[in-house]
Amino acid sequence: MWTWIHRFASPPYFFAVSAKLVPWFATAALLVGVYGLYLGLFVAPTDYQQGESYRIIFIHVPAAWMSLFIYIVMAVSAAIGMIWRIRLADMVAAASAPIGASFTFIALVTGSLWGKPMWGTYWVWDARLTSELILLFLYFGYMALQSAIEDQSTADKASGLLAIVGVVNIPIIHYSVVWWNTLHQGATVAKFDKPSIDISMLIPLLLMAVAFKLFYAAVVLVRARNELLYRDRNKRWVREIINSL
Amino acid sequence: MNGTEFNWSEFFNMGGYAFYVWTSYGLTFAVLVLNIVQPLMQRKQTISRVRRAIRREAMKTSSTQEPLES
Repeated sequence: MWTWIHRFASPPYFFAVSAKLVPWFATAALLVGVYGLYLGLFVAPTDYQQGESYRIIFIHVPAAWMSLFIYIVMAVSAAIGMIWRIRLADMVAAASAPIGASFTFIALVTGSLWGKPMWGTYWVWDARLTSELILLFLYFGYMALQSAIEDQSTADKASGLLAIVGVVNIPIIHYSVVWWNTLHQGATVAKFDKPSIDISMLIPLLLMAVAFKLFYAAVVLVRARNELLYRDRNKRWVREIINSL
Repeated sequence: MNGTEFNWSEFFNMGGYAFYVWTSYGLTFAVLVLNIVQPLMQRKQTISRVRRAIRREAMKTSSTQEPLES
């Protein structure tokens, strides 16, 4: 196990293997995403309370899940990079930030566009919306620290520390609908008893969540490869690869 | 649809919520496309940057050249 991890974390090996993985993740994301959209937009019935507007759920909820999931991946990677000095972990963290920020942005904007017809307002400063907005700023803070600090290992340490401290925001986001009175509805899927959503709506929702995860897997690998090329630009193995392209 | 032809204009109308639904889907699509295009452009940039560095170093005489890190 450990030897496998160290082998995979060796830059040239990761560079070779990730190149093979990207097309698979990308293709799978496309197929699952198209099927999920088909079920969500054409097959799933109209909601009896919200009419057709509820169809925003098929991107809003998976995007919001991704915003939390990617943040956890980013913070754990940053911690691994700090504790075990695995450079690749720092690169995965750095590669995750812009993707996580994108999904957070999608969750906020689609939520806003759903809120207008349902709640009568694009935005309220309630616990769920505010904590999700803070998540976006945590991503931005990470990216700002990465690009502002010249020395790479200092940048990784500073931004990694921010990412790790920011993890406290994750349970706040998740439980915000329970702890505070909010306009935002409570959990419908991630709870212990039966999800309070019809199966014909649940399946496309989960398919979209899988598609977003696969999309993230493909994009984070491409981005981590870029990080690797850039950070190792003075090393022989990168020179050899680039000369052979 | 009860055996009749699928009604596209009704579909695009989204029960009157067309603006909210399609803006959501459109923006999401745009952000995802940006997430594909941007790293691919970045990759090209990094590669050409390293190429230039290699050429620059090759022009220097070997005595002044710093050894590469392994």
